[in-house]
Amino acid sequence: MSKIDQLFSNLRREKRKALMPFVTAGDPDLAFTADVLRELVGRGCHLCEVGIPYSDPIADGPVIQASYTRALAHKIKLADILETLGGVAPKMEAPLVTMVSYAIVYRHGLEKYADEVQQRGLAGLIVPDLPVEESAQLAAICRRSDVSLIQLVTPTTPRERAVRIAETSTGFLYYVSVAGITGERTQLPPELVDNVGWLRTQTDLPICIGFGISKPEHVKLLAPVADGLIVGSAIVRRIAAAADEPREKVLRDVGDYVAELLAAMTNDE
Amino acid sequence: MIAFAAISVQLPLFLYSLSVFSVSSVSSVVNLPGLDSHAIAVENQRKELYHLMTSANAMTQVPDAAGRFGAFGGRYVPETLVRALDELGSEYDKACQDAAFQSELASLLKHYVGRPSPLYHAKRLSNECGGAQIWLKREDLNHTGSHKINNTLGQGLLTLRMGKQRVIAETGAGQHGVATATACAHFGLECVVYMGEEDIRRQAPNVFSMKLLGAEVRPVSSGSRTLRDAINEAMRDWMASVETTHYILGSVVGPHPFPRIVRDFQSVIGRETIQQSREQLGRLPDTIVACVGGGSNAAGMFYPFIEHANVALVGVEAGGRSAKPGDHAAPLSHGRPGVLHGSYSYVMQDDDGQTCDVHSMSAGLDYPGVGPEHSYWKDTGRVTYTNCLDKEALAAFDALAKSEGILAALESSHAVAKAMDLARSKPNEHAIVVCLSGRGDKDAAEIARLRSQHAE
Ligand SMILES: Cc1ncc(COP(=O)(O)O)c(C=O)c1O
Repeated sequence: MSKIDQLFSNLRREKRKALMPFVTAGDPDLAFTADVLRELVGRGCHLCEVGIPYSDPIADGPVIQASYTRALAHKIKLADILETLGGVAPKMEAPLVTMVSYAIVYRHGLEKYADEVQQRGLAGLIVPDLPVEESAQLAAICRRSDVSLIQLVTPTTPRERAVRIAETSTGFLYYVSVAGITGERTQLPPELVDNVGWLRTQTDLPICIGFGISKPEHVKLLAPVADGLIVGSAIVRRIAAAADEPREKVLRDVGDYVAELLAAMTNDE
Repeated sequence: MIAFAAISVQLPLFLYSLSVFSVSSVSSVVNLPGLDSHAIAVENQRKELYHLMTSANAMTQVPDAAGRFGAFGGRYVPETLVRALDELGSEYDKACQDAAFQSELASLLKHYVGRPSPLYHAKRLSNECGGAQIWLKREDLNHTGSHKINNTLGQGLLTLRMGKQRVIAETGAGQHGVATATACAHFGLECVVYMGEEDIRRQAPNVFSMKLLGAEVRPVSSGSRTLRDAINEAMRDWMASVETTHYILGSVVGPHPFPRIVRDFQSVIGRETIQQSREQLGRLPDTIVACVGGGSNAAGMFYPFIEHANVALVGVEAGGRSAKPGDHAAPLSHGRPGVLHGSYSYVMQDDDGQTCDVHSMSAGLDYPGVGPEHSYWKDTGRVTYTNCLDKEALAAFDALAKSEGILAALESSHAVAKAMDLARSKPNEHAIVVCLSGRGDKDAAEIARLRSQHAE
């Protein structure tokens, strides 16, 4: 059983839902990334996604793009990111997964990337530009090393296809709330709850919703239908303040923010 | 993937020599009584297109159903875009079988674009080089001044078939932007064009044209503020607008099925060249030269020649200032296979998979990637790829202007430069055809600026 499987089986038994923050590695530097991850998990987050900065992220909105640009401006290297994550992951209760472009995984080498993820104590990867048709090779490699390869379903995915994607995904299934790029939204699509409800009837895999989630109201609305909620831009935007505010303050802000979301999650149940 | 590439080297070489259908049989002229010459020309054009899109000959076996040209191509995009790409592919397949679609496109190419574009013997330029004959395939004379219109009209028709009302596009040199804005004005579609700020500066005349044609030009300030970033922004727009919007990609790059569709729409260049060469030269040319940015004019020119194994094909990338990293935009010359903008192809990337900054004075060639079919042609050895420095292209621009009275686009000037080099080393019987992909009006101010920089 993988770390992520374990997490969701525990949560399900306790009838709880996961809060899963996203942070960009190396924004503004790797030492801060390690601190933020510890803060997030210390406040009770259940799983963290770490974005590997990429020069051409087409699924990302301005906030995450800018964080990638800041990190890459310091010539951040994949080897250093993996080393930092390897330093924090083993001491952490919450699993860490990397969100990484296939351009990077391919250049690094599929086997090598999966091996390193496993050896560093990371739990899996999300490759947002690798659709199911192209993922067979990486999926086989990940299966061998017990690393989860989390696949995405979106509002534009036809239903038969969504079922096929669910069959190949491991760890959890990432449901993208909106047709569009990452970024905070005030309103989420009205059909979202129904769509996830339908997907729920098709798979036993945990379903986690991401893209656009930023407010306690979103959490209250979605926690009942999902196994977990992913919050990205709202956190990355707060971390961006580390460029000109004291780091302690930024850490506290980020921590307070997720605490607010966690409270909204438990109040609902 | 590497093992796959090795296998693919053998197969196509065998297929080239096999050539199931020769293009001569395809373009046999109909002479129907009662039709005027226009109608006959349109009918011939339609038949050629129909053949191209439906024939089971060796060439059309690439790409395969997954969009692979050997190991190259594929579809590395967010799940959000997959359905739209599938729909585009199946709508295109249907259009290929639809005679009405073929006729409409053929008629537009003739009466609106002004095709066929001439094949012109540049005698004074040839004499200056002393050696082979240089012929120019005059895509610069098309409506809107480049080959880009061949693709935008085809994709414009597909947009209508898919019932979409809004079009987005990226542009580097502005030629694809102008051609898209033109097609949208013609078809009554809303048009938004993404363009890097650096390109807006250096290709200003085309920015005005796009606006006059009713398009909205959205400046892109991220990254290198060039073509690559404009593609990123267009893709991001499409992620959110994909249900109502078609993305008219301007080159043979991007996820499947774009490389195939754009190549097919551009193949009119090569098909006409074959026919015109037979008429004007009495045979096929010995060598074809085309510039390669994303690779659409080159792919359209080369593709019908692929099966004619004794015609040498030469693609010319932007050599920029030098062969040093960051000084050029020549992934086939200096890059390695990797993933960018949805497909697997040669690319300028660092060891971490981050896209490298590249340089060309020519906005249309200033791109770190290249279409996957070119990677396939490179690895199979069917096409030779080389590159040309900024200053060599500028010299060729001058030579063509002064000897022939033709202002070529800076992009096309790269091909002219290599053709001139080649001509010097070949005998007079040797015929070289250069794809003159566009006209140079857009570049006049930038060339003046580059000159004054050099003078300083
Ligand atoms: C005149 C001209 N030639 C060539 C190119 C390069 O594109 P491609 O390689 O797709 O033909 C451009 C692109 O903007 C262009 O405007």
